[in-house]
Amino acid sequence: MEVVSYKNVETFVQHLPEVTALGVWIKAIIILAVISAIAGFGTYVERKVLAFMQRRLGPMHVGPYGLLQIIADGIKLFTKEDIVPQNANRFIFMVAPVITAATAFIALAAVPVFPDFTIPEWIPVIGGTFVPSIASDLNVGILFVLGMMAAGLYGPLLAGMAQANKWGIIGAARTAIQFLSYEVVTGLSILAPIMIVGSLSFVDFNAAQAGGIANWLVWKQPVAFILFLIAGFAETNRTPFDLLEHEAEVVSGYATEYSGMRWGMFFIGEYANMITISVIAAIVFLGGYSTEGLGWLWIMLKIAFFFFLMLWVRAAWPHVRPDQLMWLCWKVLMPIAVINVVITGIVMMV
Amino acid sequence: MYEAIAFYLFSALTIGLFLITVMSKNVLYAMTSLAAGMVLISGFFFILGADFLGVVQLIVYVGAVMALYSFAMMFFDATRDIKEKNTPASLVFLLGGLSALVLVLMFAGPIHSEAIQALYPMHEGVGNAQDVGIVLFTKYLVPFEVAAVMLLVAMIAGIILAGKKMDQSLTKDTSVDDEDEILKQKDAK
Repeated sequence: MEVVSYKNVETFVQHLPEVTALGVWIKAIIILAVISAIAGFGTYVERKVLAFMQRRLGPMHVGPYGLLQIIADGIKLFTKEDIVPQNANRFIFMVAPVITAATAFIALAAVPVFPDFTIPEWIPVIGGTFVPSIASDLNVGILFVLGMMAAGLYGPLLAGMAQANKWGIIGAARTAIQFLSYEVVTGLSILAPIMIVGSLSFVDFNAAQAGGIANWLVWKQPVAFILFLIAGFAETNRTPFDLLEHEAEVVSGYATEYSGMRWGMFFIGEYANMITISVIAAIVFLGGYSTEGLGWLWIMLKIAFFFFLMLWVRAAWPHVRPDQLMWLCWKVLMPIAVINVVITGIVMMV
Repeated sequence: MYEAIAFYLFSALTIGLFLITVMSKNVLYAMTSLAAGMVLISGFFFILGADFLGVVQLIVYVGAVMALYSFAMMFFDATRDIKEKNTPASLVFLLGGLSALVLVLMFAGPIHSEAIQALYPMHEGVGNAQDVGIVLFTKYLVPFEVAAVMLLVAMIAGIILAGKKMDQSLTKDTSVDDEDEILKQKDAK
């Protein structure tokens, strides 16, 4: 009888240099630093875009065009007093924001962000190390990212339940409702592209769409694309599905009692999740990246487009109620997703 | 070496977290440690190279424990300890000890014979998901279909039990027949 091999052959990375532990460490630090910075910059971009869409100027006073507003916000968040309310469950209250931020970055571990490169030899200690584009190249990358982002919703849930505040508990209840509603749609909508490509790896998805815009999966799976986008908005708590912290109804929902950097961690997590969803949409439906020439610029543009789309929708659409979200997910989107999967299967069989 | 460190770390954490689940009187601590333990179990699958099963463990249990939370939210005050009724301690000790012993014997049995062999070894160059799928749709097709039918039965039963008042809207004022009536009442005020 054959001996069980515990690792699959990585057929697709044969032409690349070997990935060392040091390379993965460097990659992890790069992801952490750059995505945190982009998340900070994202708040500025969001305020500017929303301001222009509403014929305002947005932040203007701190620095040129308000650019230093990010630093001012950072100083404010870092120096604010860290308050834990009376009667709250101290430990869970303090852990909850860390869950949101940590899971958002763990999800990014299996996503290709930035091109791979080799550090020049003249740099001491780390010179000559190959830094891969994916920190951890799993065979089931898409499922891992979606599962990790789903685990991220424990942050709002625990935060809301631990803080002994009625708005908080309503926010936590809405988290559970939202999670159980959209998760089915996300899984079913991305199932059809997975059936066509026949793999769960981001690298295979990228390879399957190589060779021009005509090969993009969005033309074969337009319904799945739209369903995934809608579910992605719910996954990242963006308007029109930001029920968890809907100011007009539940003050700030799960984040009501939070202040300072613990509040900031929720937002770093939210922006990191927005980037992750944008990367998934760009790779699965819009052709991904190419390693030659300016291919990486294209995927940056695609990711930026999805990020902008989220801000655009926030400016254009009102919130929905929780019951409307459940109605939408269970009675409209899920049947469409199931029909889409069945039709895809029939077309592939014939 | 990394695998050994990771294994012992995950083992200690998982056992510790599930102990908290059993021992804690606070709903929030019990649920949170249950969820964290379930997530850590997926770590074992990743160490063994079964990426697909690890991810499935993650997705399934994250959702399942989230549903448990919503029940905890409805029935208990999450910020206080729960007073439990005292059951006879000797009986609990006896039953718990016996079931633990049976479990240990069951799982320790194959180790003694040193004859663990993979009946369905993984194929080189084929993904995890494909290997699981091939076994699931050939050897284990009947149990798979039976499980599917059971889930369908449970779903239909759930819809019938919960769906008696589904055609009524929870947010609409049903005391007045139509919308115009409500507007007239408002005008009168």
